[in-house]
Amino acid sequence: MKKLIIAGKEFGSRLFLGTGKFNSNEMMEKAILASGTEMVTVAMKRIELNDKEDDMLKHIVHPHIQLLPNTSGVRTAEEAVFAAQMAREAFGTNWLKLEIHPDPRYLLPDSTETLKATEELVKLGFVVLPYCQADPTLCKRLEEAGAATVMPLAAPIGTNKGLQTRDFLRIIIEQSNVPVVVDAGIGAPSHAAEAMEMGAAACLVNTAIAVAGNPEEMAVAFKEAVIAGRRAYEAGLGIQTTSFEASASSPLTAFLN
Amino acid sequence: MKISVNNKETELIEGNTVADLARQLELPVQGVAIALHNRMIPRAEWGNTLLKPGDSLVIIKAACGG
Repeated sequence: MKKLIIAGKEFGSRLFLGTGKFNSNEMMEKAILASGTEMVTVAMKRIELNDKEDDMLKHIVHPHIQLLPNTSGVRTAEEAVFAAQMAREAFGTNWLKLEIHPDPRYLLPDSTETLKATEELVKLGFVVLPYCQADPTLCKRLEEAGAATVMPLAAPIGTNKGLQTRDFLRIIIEQSNVPVVVDAGIGAPSHAAEAMEMGAAACLVNTAIAVAGNPEEMAVAFKEAVIAGRRAYEAGLGIQTTSFEASASSPLTAFLN
Repeated sequence: MKISVNNKETELIEGNTVADLARQLELPVQGVAIALHNRMIPRAEWGNTLLKPGDSLVIIKAACGG
């Protein structure tokens, strides 16, 4: 299978993991390692004074893993740029998952602010992976602005609803010159496999693994689904006919008589 | 003197720097960033950034998230 390359960096896995919603940091680490992922998101929060809680970072820092800080919590491009600078300092990486979703109810990304922030952050030297609407025109604009990938949503964050934006994802994948990472809403390995069969470059999964009965096993299931989907895409899927009639795969010549 | 850290009033000795504050708060070495009046202060500048009464700081650290 072809290796995934983003901003000149090679990745051996096409599955990216989010770190939210796990029951414990230990479980999160087990799932990360079981998934084979080489890209893991991390958020930021304001410290509470005298708070001595367990440091989550030690559970995700491994030599083979690229940290992908996100800008969750910001509402404007200006706030995103500030968050990005804080992230670069805190995590020592210029890679960034740009996410600007001002509405806490639906958590849908603000396209105008996302495009504006991408333009500014690229100029500041960040490797920008924007979480965005499954809007083919917007994705082209993000690509032109210098985004390293586009990360259109399959469905709203945390809903596990699968590829609700399927038709638009197809157009985005067909038009894109940067890797398309399907982010948000992927709720089952079959959803991830379908996205990969369509030609997505990678999938970003969090909730579906974190809230599974056995997150470590689910991480393996997603790993296998992403590999299977990608392998199928590269092998070239058979054409789906629009006819209701069958097409024999065995000889139709007389055999018993 | 009084300064503000993440909107909470905090007591600090006069003449202290951002690095002194980081020590006082026992901040971890990794995964932390500090901004003074909404401007990020690189770690290399913590030692020579003097804090004044009324200064407002934001300190963030790593958290779980997707």
